[in-house]
Amino acid sequence: MKVTIDEDKCCGAGSCVLLAPEVFDQREDDGIVILLDAEPGEDRHAVVREAAAVCPGAAIAVSE
Amino acid sequence: MTHADMCRPAPGERGVTTPGSVLIVGASAAGLSTAEALRRQGYEGRLTLLDAEPHLPYDRPPLSKQVLAGAWEPARAQLRGQAQLEALNAAFVRGEPAVAFDAAAREVHTSTGRAMRADAVVIATGLTPCRLPCQESRNGQNREDGQSGRDGQSGQSGRNGPAGVHVLRGLDDALTLRAHLTAARRLVVVGEGVLGGEVAATARGMGLDVTLAGLGSGILAGQLGEQVSALLTRTHAERGVVLRLGVAVAELTGADGRVTGVRLATGELLPADAVVVAIGSRPATGWLEGSGLALGDGVECDARCRAAEGVYAVGDVASWEHEGLGRRLRLENRTNATEQAQVVAANVLGADRAYTPIPYFWTDQYDIKIQAHGLLSAAAEVSIVEGGVEGGVEGDAEQRRFAAIYREGGQVTGVLGWNMPKQARLLRQQHLVTRPLASA
Ligand SMILES: Cc1cc2nc3c(=O)[nH]c(=O)nc-3n(C[C@H](O)[C@H](O)[C@H](O)COP(=O)(O)OP(=O)(O)OC[C@H]3O[C@@H](n4cnc5c(N)ncnc54)[C@H](O)[C@@H]3O)c2cc1C
Ligand code: SF4
Repeated sequence: MKVTIDEDKCCGAGSCVLLAPEVFDQREDDGIVILLDAEPGEDRHAVVREAAAVCPGAAIAVSE
Repeated sequence: MTHADMCRPAPGERGVTTPGSVLIVGASAAGLSTAEALRRQGYEGRLTLLDAEPHLPYDRPPLSKQVLAGAWEPARAQLRGQAQLEALNAAFVRGEPAVAFDAAAREVHTSTGRAMRADAVVIATGLTPCRLPCQESRNGQNREDGQSGRDGQSGQSGRNGPAGVHVLRGLDDALTLRAHLTAARRLVVVGEGVLGGEVAATARGMGLDVTLAGLGSGILAGQLGEQVSALLTRTHAERGVVLRLGVAVAELTGADGRVTGVRLATGELLPADAVVVAIGSRPATGWLEGSGLALGDGVECDARCRAAEGVYAVGDVASWEHEGLGRRLRLENRTNATEQAQVVAANVLGADRAYTPIPYFWTDQYDIKIQAHGLLSAAAEVSIVEGGVEGGVEGDAEQRRFAAIYREGGQVTGVLGWNMPKQARLLRQQHLVTRPLASA
């Protein structure tokens, strides 16, 4: 799995961090998403897909 | 319990009554998310999405921000790329509004006379912007949503009363408004809510003279409480917005069919070449009249977002029993659309999941990003904290960066970040995660 983020679309909601703190974090100053793990392991695929689904900025993309 | 726990289907929880076909009416944030969640949760049956608009699904928050400002091409606001939409393996019917519904038969009738039946129907038709009474009476036409299958139709604001008066809900609205603002000099925004504040901020950025008129005492006073609202209102004044708050609009004035100004109840005339009416919206349920569904403030659902046997509602249009808060709620925000979609999809597939989210919205105005988690009632006691350290000290007025905690009866009901998104999220985790979800 490959995860990509579009910082420009991120609104700093932090929904992704709430779901998958091992994969996403937020910058201290403006809350924009930080991708901690662009190729998360199998055990995290479901939760990362869900993070992409609930992201209110449609800022997270997942490819196989 | 986290949002993840709430949404992930538990093993063995579904598959009992998996429907053979699902029809989703409204293919925007909530409808599309429901479709995606159904597939992700393993649904392999027939899936159809019907929408009144001809466009590919797009996102609305950028419409009053990046798209209106011209910073983004409209295509940038698209929710998903072509490949992702195709991967859904769903039939999209666009540009064809639903005009009637029979809940018992789960049959939707569209503007072309087509009847669509499905084992499960998901209602995701969002909102229709309210107009000023003087706008609606102007051309003798009732613009209430759904009166002639108009739910979700956009870009017709110019035909409402004098030309140059806009509402903003859809992409066409945003592009029409942008085209007008690039040529206009004086804008009057009517409404001091989120949309009014955002449009005023974006228009100032485009160099227009902006006056904002509204009934409330301050911008977002109803949503953020007096203290933070006062700061936001002051920011607008500092950025050059002329404010007329706590006063009603009496009428729109026009000449040769074009708007020339807004007259207030005080008699004052605010001259304008363009007017944006942002006085709120109502659920787009016109097409559901006579359907057999309970329509109150939106489609009335139970705690599982079920409106009737095999019928669900999701997003801005849905009103449901929030079991954690012990009351009926309808949220008009972007996160709710996608979060509720996860629960609705699970329930469509046979789960029995109550929807108990922590409400959340954000707004961007000028360089300010406000994040609001939980319920921030105007009655709450607000204490400013910084970086998560509670101290009751004023936020740094120079840098204008702070986080605040809202309490009612000693209980934390909400947290807010003012240019502190991460800190607000941390405060949410600290103070809000379990409480509203306690009975979930
Ligand atoms: C300009 C603007 C800015 C916003 N900014 C923010 C923000 O900063 N933060 C935030 O949290 N939220 C924001 N929101 C709110 C957020 O966009 C909504 O909560 C979200 O779009 C709700 O999604 P929805 O799918 O429920 O409804 P909608 O997005 O309104 O989608 C409803 C869909 O149903 C279709 N439809 C309607 N009637 C019919 C019918 N009869 N037949 C078929 N189809 C129909 C419509 O065409 C539309 O595609 C903003 C909204 C707007 C308009
Ligand atoms: S959920 Fe989306 S918008 Fe929110 S912080 Fe993560 S990437 Fe950004």
